[in-house]
Amino acid sequence: MATYTLKVRRYQPESGKSPYWEEFDVDLDPSLSVLDGLLQAKDRDDGSLSVRCSCRAAICGSCGMKINGQSGLGCKTQIGEAHAAANRRGGTNGAAAPILIEPMGNMPVIKDLITDMESTHWTKIRRVTPWLLPHGEAPEREYVVEPESMIDITQSMACIQCGACVSSCLSMEADPDFIGPAALAKAYRFVGDPRDAETKERLHDLAHDPHGIYDCTHCFSCIDACPKGVAPMDQIMRLRRKAAEEGVDDDPNNGANHVNAFVKMIEKKGTNDEALLLQETYAPGVKGKLKPTKGAIKGLLGSLPVAIRGIKTGKMRSLPKLIPGVHPKLPGGAQDEVKAIYEHTEEHREEFNLYIRGEEDVEPEPDETKMEETA
Amino acid sequence: MPAHDVLVIGAGLAGQRAALAAAEQGVSVGIVSKVHPVRSHSNAAQGGINAALNPGDSWESHAFDTIKGSDYLGDQDAVEIMCREAPEEILHLEHLGVTFHRNEEGKLGTRAFGGASAARTYYVADITGQAIMHVLYEQLMKHADSVARYEEWFCTALALDEQGECCGVVTRNIADGSMELFEAKSVILACGGNGQVWKPTTNALICTGDGIAMAYRAGAKLMDMEMIQYHPTTLAGKGFLITEGARGEGAHLLNAKGERFMERYAPNKMELASRDVVSRAEQTEINEGRGFPDGTVALDITVVPKKRVHEALREIVLVGRDFAGVDITREPIHIKPGNHYTMGGVKTDVDGRTDIPGLYAAGETACVSVHGGNRLGANSLLDTLIFGRRSGADAASRAKRIDRSRPSKAVLEAEQAQVEAIAAREKGSGRRVSEIKLELGTTMDAKVAVFRDEAGIQEALETVRRLKQEAESAYVDDKGAVFNQDLLGAIELGYLLDNAECTCVAALERKESRGAQYRTDFPERNDEEWLKHIDLQLNDAGPEISYSEVTITQWEPQERTY
Repeated sequence: MATYTLKVRRYQPESGKSPYWEEFDVDLDPSLSVLDGLLQAKDRDDGSLSVRCSCRAAICGSCGMKINGQSGLGCKTQIGEAHAAANRRGGTNGAAAPILIEPMGNMPVIKDLITDMESTHWTKIRRVTPWLLPHGEAPEREYVVEPESMIDITQSMACIQCGACVSSCLSMEADPDFIGPAALAKAYRFVGDPRDAETKERLHDLAHDPHGIYDCTHCFSCIDACPKGVAPMDQIMRLRRKAAEEGVDDDPNNGANHVNAFVKMIEKKGTNDEALLLQETYAPGVKGKLKPTKGAIKGLLGSLPVAIRGIKTGKMRSLPKLIPGVHPKLPGGAQDEVKAIYEHTEEHREEFNLYIRGEEDVEPEPDETKMEETA
Repeated sequence: MPAHDVLVIGAGLAGQRAALAAAEQGVSVGIVSKVHPVRSHSNAAQGGINAALNPGDSWESHAFDTIKGSDYLGDQDAVEIMCREAPEEILHLEHLGVTFHRNEEGKLGTRAFGGASAARTYYVADITGQAIMHVLYEQLMKHADSVARYEEWFCTALALDEQGECCGVVTRNIADGSMELFEAKSVILACGGNGQVWKPTTNALICTGDGIAMAYRAGAKLMDMEMIQYHPTTLAGKGFLITEGARGEGAHLLNAKGERFMERYAPNKMELASRDVVSRAEQTEINEGRGFPDGTVALDITVVPKKRVHEALREIVLVGRDFAGVDITREPIHIKPGNHYTMGGVKTDVDGRTDIPGLYAAGETACVSVHGGNRLGANSLLDTLIFGRRSGADAASRAKRIDRSRPSKAVLEAEQAQVEAIAAREKGSGRRVSEIKLELGTTMDAKVAVFRDEAGIQEALETVRRLKQEAESAYVDDKGAVFNQDLLGAIELGYLLDNAECTCVAALERKESRGAQYRTDFPERNDEEWLKHIDLQLNDAGPEISYSEVTITQWEPQERTY
């Protein structure tokens, strides 16, 4: 038993007051959860402290919130650990830091920790046509499918719709219309399902939407936030790969071309050649001749302000170094090693899936026997 | 005033299945739930769903196992229906998109489960309930035109017309606190069980017996309320569930001496005996000093191959890691029996009809009865789906048959007054709701659990009746309209106390040991006197007891060994 201080971002819509912070002291075993702490404060001190919760075991997805700035589930975060994390952030004047608790981000707040998931999360879920679209009559018995295909999409099915990934999504902060990690993970559940007959239509739809699969910037926030190991970003990357496999490469976002340009460049040069990346994205060189895509000029011009900002802020190299063709080579035989990684990846295309491999085998181990086991 | 032909209260598996079945008949359907549908507690069903679908298996074998599991208190006509219709329901779910586990041929694969004579449990890793419920919710989104969803609306009372038929429900929109009288020709209660009467419990905080209490208050009969399942493998203290699938995959139960003690209690089925048997065995080990100091025994999953654990029991890996700090692939985890399931509930026939015309019940809220004295693992999802569907279909055909009768506004006004009265109680005028709930939960877990006796149950009943008095003056802090969870908690407390009182009265009445009801003062099953259901109906003084016959079709009661 220990005492913890919870500093909760509160909002009482009927009070006429702006949001404010309030501290609650709670006494519980460090192995209990942040949600247990909140419920103790609610039970003992202030019944108006509002938080959605039900199962207490990370299966219902009700208690999405930010704890010390990190999106997750209140019930799945041990209060002792949250306390330690808060202390690493540091208290003022040597005092212990309180555990900071806020409502989820990227959603309007209704009251205290309760957010409006309907207008954001669920609207986006419905955007991806979230039901199976088989063609023809159902078989008399079950659909016969590859066993691995069901295990593969079970990772997406493990999603409990808690919204933690949406809360943490940096792309959505920049573009509120981004379909987002949860809904795209849901989309993969159908795209990866061999019983669904509209795979290509789904992929075309998600690739052509300017707020679709190419709106993700690979920041990994959703993977960090997800309490169920769904790894939404991985599902988005699978959607991109599937789109390429299905020949959906004419998206107006130029996403597929951008991916190809990047892959080719790293294979050849090892590091990013920014000048070439733009050109290759919009006008990929085919046998020495430039082959501009539709809207290449517009796209290139549109990218200029970004490029200029990049140079100004030091995120891109200075102008003289951007002359196409002038690009430093990787030292020694490093480029050969990059090529070897490419070859290895080509040979072992199995995709990482928690239900196949288990968590601890995720550690990067260059152990091929393990990969073969799962094949 | 929203009006629908069929109104479903609760949006777990039973409720969603009922709504979809009713909508198929072309009637107007509304589904009301106090939480967003995917938050419903059907999520927590981990292990799977039973059906005799494998070649060589038969519905008769499934039915016999279920009846034996029920300790012959299940109604055999209802069990027959459930087991006969199970295979078709599994295929229906598969066609809708449930990602059931496949065998090497790509066909539906099964795992073993407790009390079953064949491996007939279909599953999605150990998230079967969640996977099925999310797929049904996909269908609700697809059929949004025919099923109106009222997400985060709380129900406070049923409305009856002058003929005593159910014709609506009083609801509160949680988002803004407004109260509405919903009209309906048929109302289906699918509100889940009452696990929150006990503490700890595997059940979610929302499982407060709302449907059972609302039906009881409206005058419907309840049945088998003494039959409360304690699940053999729950985490000590926190009550979290470790799926029976773990034992289905081969995990062992060990006492503190490292003995596989089930050898002494169920030499044939061992860990896969029915739940009441395993829970009693564990509790006996613990009571006789062969448990661990924290009042537990151990579940050893390390005997299951690691790859299989990750594929099929991943949720349990996470529960062990996050909530007990144990890596179940490396060391045994401490567990004990914990409150889990309400076998009893609102008495219904095989189409979900209660004895109030127009009122239906399905799933854990209902008592058809298919589970009798003890439910088999992986039969609960099946119960929700089969009887959810049948209730939905029958409720829709009733709606087509009858004219709408208007509920009186009086019930709405009475409920509004009640809510205002709760909000008006001054701070300090009584006890806190949370205190009363805690005392209820710990009392019931101490006195009305795996082993019971007259003195203990009587004591619990007296406590419950005192708490009912105290609940009348329990105050709430939140006086607002928007998301006033405090107020809803006070209403739920009333539901819990009605459920608890009924369970105590029935447990006191049944002077024998059968299924989950084990009376140390009456340790034998007594078919001559007690092969019957205990029915309860509200009168002025509380629950009034009557009895009804157990339907026996082809399986005469036998001695029950595993």
